[in-house]
Amino acid sequence: MTSFWSAWIIILTSITLIAMTWLLLGNRKTGAKKEDTPTGHAYDGIEEYDNPLPAWWFFMFLITIIWGVGYLVVYPGMGNFPGVIGWTSTGQHAERVAAAEERHRAMYDRYLAMPIEDIASDPMVRRMGMRMFGNNCAQCHGADARGGYGFPNLTDSDWLYGGDAKTIEASITNGRQAAMPAWENVIGDRGVEEVAAYVLRLNNHEPDAAMADAGEAHFKTYCVACHGPDGKGNPALGAPNLTDGIWLYGGTPSEIAHSVRAGRNGVMPAFNHQLGPEKIHILSAYVYGLREAN
Amino acid sequence: MALSKHDKIEKNVSLMIVLTIVAISFGTLVELAPLVFGKQVKEPIEGLKPLPALALEGRDIYIREGCNTCHSQMIRPLRAETERYGHYSVAGELVYNHPFLWGSKRTGPDLARVGGRYSDDWHRAHLFNPRDVVPESIMPSYPWLFDHTLDGATTGRKMAALRSLGVPYTDEDIAGAADAVAGKTEVDAVVAYLQQLGTLLQMRR
Repeated sequence: MTSFWSAWIIILTSITLIAMTWLLLGNRKTGAKKEDTPTGHAYDGIEEYDNPLPAWWFFMFLITIIWGVGYLVVYPGMGNFPGVIGWTSTGQHAERVAAAEERHRAMYDRYLAMPIEDIASDPMVRRMGMRMFGNNCAQCHGADARGGYGFPNLTDSDWLYGGDAKTIEASITNGRQAAMPAWENVIGDRGVEEVAAYVLRLNNHEPDAAMADAGEAHFKTYCVACHGPDGKGNPALGAPNLTDGIWLYGGTPSEIAHSVRAGRNGVMPAFNHQLGPEKIHILSAYVYGLREAN
Repeated sequence: MALSKHDKIEKNVSLMIVLTIVAISFGTLVELAPLVFGKQVKEPIEGLKPLPALALEGRDIYIREGCNTCHSQMIRPLRAETERYGHYSVAGELVYNHPFLWGSKRTGPDLARVGGRYSDDWHRAHLFNPRDVVPESIMPSYPWLFDHTLDGATTGRKMAALRSLGVPYTDEDIAGAADAVAGKTEVDAVVAYLQQLGTLLQMRR
């Protein structure tokens, strides 16, 4: 704030306080008896008297003014004057964050020093992890962590990027960005249907043999790079296993064809700034332990 | 009978009006004038840019659908809020908001820093039918956002209007606005708007 506006606030606030005090004290009327001073307003025999202010009201007003002056001395209010205790809302926030950090530090450090696998069944970790999961993960993966269409189930043994502790921690920390391209422009609509037929055959369905054979040729050319020659995927790339009957985007012929046609680009957001390493460690342990809990 | 001095004011309406205005104007002069005429809350934070055309349309749809009646965009400097939503809101990141969408009530969560917190796919699924991804949600569904297509006919004029209020859109921004928006669906615009919210100021841990 410039010194002009600071002075503006200080002067106007002071004028208000002084004027209020003058108004209250300068017009004070004391000792008048009820019947002494009728105002002359009368209606239906009811008269108005010019009585003094009720004492409780007068003193309440006085206390309010005194309180206001005290407040402006202690807290920031008078322009750039910070108040004698130097309070700010952001300063209070920083203090409380620091206090919480200090309170929890020892607990976080103790868990941080222990491997995720070891703390995954710790009852306290599970309780804290469940809260963190509910606040940060359940919106996509569901409160029961079983996921949904387009959002992976975290309670089964099928992991897109790997289910070991370090990988789970990395997924939460930095997020994941799937990159399956759209293949319609490359292999055409017929090619898409053929690839879908081949993928169905990988899952022990019995699609049209000629279609599946043609699809296999496409698969060996394009899909193999990520999903591997036998379609079992590659966790390093987040390419799913296409042979285990677990489908993120549905396993019907039309759903598989749609995934091939339009591509899939699922995104897991990064939580490194929001949660920080110590909370992610506990959350990773919670997620790691889901397979045992279920 | 001698009455108190206020008798004079009580019997003169014009005088009473004038004195009333003087009395109540002090609050405005102290609380509002420094903010309106001073610079304190008008300096944009480092890196702040006006909304891109598509996000600007998304913001108007956000207002049209009344999102701001249930979702605030104002994280207060309280630990409980910053733990959940991220860094508290500051004036400098909201200087291009006309009008601001701080809101006053949270039926749903605060959205001031929702940008990047969910994937685009999640937002689309959630806007189509919130219960598909959050079974206990009471948010309404907005399926028509997927059917309505934008033509961008008024986007440039909206930008020009905002520029007259001090938002630094360039001539190129305004000239290219229609092309940036035309053909996109309303849900594209809303998601573009949501995904940039609050991303400039992040808590670092």
